[in-house]
Amino acid sequence: MIEVRLFATLRQGRGKIFSLDAANYKCGKDILKEFQIPEEEVAIFLINGFHSKPEDPVKDGDVIALFPPVGGG
Amino acid sequence: MKARYIRNFEALSEAESDLLKTQKICIVGCGGLGGYILEQFLRLGVESITVIDGDCFEESNLNRQLLSTENVIGNFKALTAKERAQEVNSQIKVHAVNVFLTEENARELLKGHDIVMDAVDNIAARRIMGKTCEELGIPLMYGAIQGWYAQISLILPGSSLLDILYQKEMKLTSKSSLSFTPAVCASFQVAEAVKYLCGRECPLKERVLYVDMLSMEAVMVKF
Repeated sequence: MIEVRLFATLRQGRGKIFSLDAANYKCGKDILKEFQIPEEEVAIFLINGFHSKPEDPVKDGDVIALFPPVGGG
Repeated sequence: MKARYIRNFEALSEAESDLLKTQKICIVGCGGLGGYILEQFLRLGVESITVIDGDCFEESNLNRQLLSTENVIGNFKALTAKERAQEVNSQIKVHAVNVFLTEENARELLKGHDIVMDAVDNIAARRIMGKTCEELGIPLMYGAIQGWYAQISLILPGSSLLDILYQKEMKLTSKSSLSFTPAVCASFQVAEAVKYLCGRECPLKERVLYVDMLSMEAVMVKF
């Protein structure tokens, strides 16, 4: 399984934590597609706590964390 | 130590307080974050602060910007910041700059400061500030807010963190912010800046603290 944790506004209409069958996902882009999250709406993409890119591969046991951009002041 | 700073003592040593006095702070933006950042530095014993903002207060600022009151609608934010500084601590030298930070003026405005406090509300200004801090070798105390959320980091010269957080195609879709969000973000920024200026360990160096006040979570992300 792959655990996906969404943060902040990415939770709206989706939820907080999900478990996905690893067999169906090759890379981070597949995960984004599953949740219908455009790439430009993700500022921080973590795989197992490390900064990663959506094109990086994912595997069974990974924990993915997605954060949206924050830029106001 | 003067009575006005007596409660700072113990949390800060006398040597650290003396060191803070000599530090030159630059606050870019006098809106949501900038107002709270200024207020906190005014009470810490820093004696030289530059505030930069070309904007004027408007009614929509009243929900979250500490310096905004009904009486200052239409007034320049940087000048209002200086007036507030004089009321709180007349010993502090505040240099108010009534212009927006641009590629043309950034180097001149930021040089000579010991730290730059990020209090801008858009990606373009943040990129200019980050690039100029990098060129000048000045640390940038990054902070950004939206709605219920804040993120904070201490960005030292040589870091590519801003480029990671704000990729070229990225656009901000919301300008929402609640009254407490800039207060929380600014407090983290100033606390970390004080540690940097006093030579203490800085946990937010090359790390982003992501604070979610809706679900009351805080996550530290290492880069």
